[in-house]
Amino acid sequence: MQPGFRFALPQASRRDVLRAAAATGLIVGFQLPGRGAKLAVAAPADGVFRPNAFVRIAPDNSVTVLIKHLEMGQGTYTGLSTLVAEELDADWAQMRAEHAPADPLLYNNLMWGPAQGTGGSSSVANSFEQLRKAGAAARAMLVQAAAEKWGVPAAQVGVSKGIVSAGDRKATFGELAEAAATVTPPKDPPLKDPKSFTLVGQRLPRLDSVEKTTGKAVFAMDFTLPGALVAVVERPPVFGAKVKAFDATEAKKVPGVVDVVQIPRGVAVLATGFWAAKRGREALDVTWDQSGAEVRDSGTLLEIYRALGKTPGLPAWKDGDADGALAGAAKVVRAEYDFPYLAHTPMEPLNCVAKLAPDGSVDIWAGDQFQTGDQGNAAKLLGIKPDQVRIHTLYAGGSFGRRANPESDYIVEAVSIAKAIGGKAPVKLIWTREDDVTGGRYRPMYHHVMAAGLDAQGKLVAWKHRIVGQSILIGTPFEGMMVKGGIDATSVEGAANLPYAVPNVLVDVHNAQVGVPVLWWRSVGSTHNGFATEVFIDELAHAAGKDPYAFRRELLAKHPRHLAVLDLAAEKAGWGKPLPAGRARGIAVHESFNSVVAQVAEVSMQGGRLRVERVVCAVDCGLAVNPDVVRAQMEGGIGFGLGAALGEAITLAQGRVEQSNFHDYTPLRIDRMPDVEVHIVPSANPPTGVGEPGVPPIAPAVSNALFSLTGKRVRSLPFATQGVEV
Amino acid sequence: MAISLVLNGRTVTLDVDPEMPLLWAIREAAGLTGTKFGCGQAQCGACTVHIEGAPVRSCSVPVSEAANRAVTTIEGVQGKVAQAVQAAWQKLDVVQCGYCQSGQIMSAVALLTSTPKPSDEDIDGAMQGNLCRCATYHRIRAAIHTAAKTLEA
Ligand code: FES
Ligand code: FES
Repeated sequence: MQPGFRFALPQASRRDVLRAAAATGLIVGFQLPGRGAKLAVAAPADGVFRPNAFVRIAPDNSVTVLIKHLEMGQGTYTGLSTLVAEELDADWAQMRAEHAPADPLLYNNLMWGPAQGTGGSSSVANSFEQLRKAGAAARAMLVQAAAEKWGVPAAQVGVSKGIVSAGDRKATFGELAEAAATVTPPKDPPLKDPKSFTLVGQRLPRLDSVEKTTGKAVFAMDFTLPGALVAVVERPPVFGAKVKAFDATEAKKVPGVVDVVQIPRGVAVLATGFWAAKRGREALDVTWDQSGAEVRDSGTLLEIYRALGKTPGLPAWKDGDADGALAGAAKVVRAEYDFPYLAHTPMEPLNCVAKLAPDGSVDIWAGDQFQTGDQGNAAKLLGIKPDQVRIHTLYAGGSFGRRANPESDYIVEAVSIAKAIGGKAPVKLIWTREDDVTGGRYRPMYHHVMAAGLDAQGKLVAWKHRIVGQSILIGTPFEGMMVKGGIDATSVEGAANLPYAVPNVLVDVHNAQVGVPVLWWRSVGSTHNGFATEVFIDELAHAAGKDPYAFRRELLAKHPRHLAVLDLAAEKAGWGKPLPAGRARGIAVHESFNSVVAQVAEVSMQGGRLRVERVVCAVDCGLAVNPDVVRAQMEGGIGFGLGAALGEAITLAQGRVEQSNFHDYTPLRIDRMPDVEVHIVPSANPPTGVGEPGVPPIAPAVSNALFSLTGKRVRSLPFATQGVEV
Repeated sequence: MAISLVLNGRTVTLDVDPEMPLLWAIREAAGLTGTKFGCGQAQCGACTVHIEGAPVRSCSVPVSEAANRAVTTIEGVQGKVAQAVQAAWQKLDVVQCGYCQSGQIMSAVALLTSTPKPSDEDIDGAMQGNLCRCATYHRIRAAIHTAAKTLEA
């Protein structure tokens, strides 16, 4: 295994963790040992008990968890609240959740150091202990309050399903809230033995289901302020072009248009509503300076990538002598794989409300995925301090990575517009779907070159894997942490940690220079590395004359988690058992974000069209805090990955994006959704990611199944461009 | 221009450009934000509402076409079918980000109103216009069958 590369973002240092813990009041406090003596604090005027930065217990008996991560569908409201409710012994029906304010010390992602943000499938993983402690501290304080009120030792006070009791005395959390607020927080509240969990591991209803099925949930798109102007922006037709001149005469004639201003990214039209702003933009005349813009075709880029793929790249992982072993191999297999740019297209187009305050500070409302980065970028633009940027996080209608980006593009645009009009009105920036599809920050295009050698017994003796594509992180503030020796960890994740036992390995990388903005996209490097490695290993199994499942098993002896999910998926899918005529199975296994997922896809051809009938998925994500949310993330990840595999691609003609909306950028629709069955490996290990790891195995599993059915090997995505009707 | 429509059972008069898509009249002029903007091109179904009970993509219908007609949004949808659909959605925890779900529910209510016992093919046909980027389709299908069973009982 190669040294030095971890998945996703780096782990926080112990100091960062301690600092954050201190800020939450969980470690530092004026605790008088043993007896929970009172602090000289008065009861809060509103009667609300705030034991720490994460929990609020109100007199109405509601328990609100402040959620430091963005709820974008992955279920973090429910997951993080479960952790608090568990240690608090709350009743699930009394739990509420709301987004925490932006604060890099109180609400940081403990895997990222002092930065608040959501990504790398880390929400539950980084909060697991932190939020349990927050719940446990609150519980201890309620118990202490009850003990004092009833004049009994705290040890005789119990809590169950939201009721605090001692003998025949009982009280709700709400009844004790005011008194508990004056109790000193415990220094290090004991946590439950996971064996005694009653909520963690159970199916609990999502906290956001009711409001999201009644139209009441407030997404950023639904938020507005009195007097707010809606802004749409005319952006460059090719990446890197700049405004040369613009004529707003006609735009300003459109009824409702209030202003037209230039910002660094383009020209903004402001109006009393979206429709007028959009009509105004249509009437706008902008000339662009295209010198220095990216004007190549994606076909040209692929040719350049292919040429690069013939030359050695920067080694990301070297073990033994891959070239020597290849030269001596009984059989050599070579293959190339291509991947297009992909757009995230979250269902809710990007948007942001920004309001400048007279003191120079700013309020931002957004489905914000990276609060600390966005605070920094907005502050820089306005010449203020990051803590003068108040971010109000609202529900996001999906993200898949798009809403967190190093330049905070859509946030900075909204603030730029507010600044350009001198703060005379709050600004609500809305991207249209066309803006989103053509606006960049795509999963990069990649070209992979693979070669492997088998000995006379069909044993794998050499593995070479070359990855050509743009780096996501070079040139961003993440470069220092995540790029070592020119190798971007996100380019090679899933490749430079290949689990299969091979004595001679070389994984190398070329960082292509292209002016198309790129970004992490649900499961990041594993989106392409998972496909290339899992299709190639299948090709090798066939070359060795072995069953693809058995071939993988032999090479995974040192990876018990991989073996367990592979076995579970194979067993539940009936691997090796006969299928009705016209159907075939394919298998794939991949680790990402510290979780391992195996999938078996069952496919058929119906009227000449590929149809994925059924997918059996097995996941090891450590302890499954909310098993139903885990299942939902696997189902959704499979649908998301399958849509991309079948038909999604962003292509360029002379630098212009050729797709514009959902008629030509085509995510999965219901008629192509397979039947999905998810199995969770029982585990007592700490929770690992679930938002992304369901994505990588589906495309290779389908490709492998298609090969098994038809003998046609699809090595490049999407299928629709490879002579497969989807 | 003043346009009147019967929005969720109440007559409202909106001062809007008659060419403005019904979606924006509902969201910005009437202030009901449960109906979503996803594509503006009748491609995603996030904006689905009922006009006189029939599902339409409100992003692609000028508000003038809804004049003096009954428009129902997620905030106002009611009755046995709507209740069964919303209950099934909640029971199976269909939603993820939730942004598409107002539209999904409006389409599902229309489907079950016209076809009380839909087959998988009926569901595919009626729901194909509703994208869900979170790909909650597996549960949408199950929830429609669950709602159909509730209605049968
Ligand atoms: S917004 Fe109307 S169909 Fe997409
Ligand atoms: S639940 Fe997110 S788009 Fe459907």
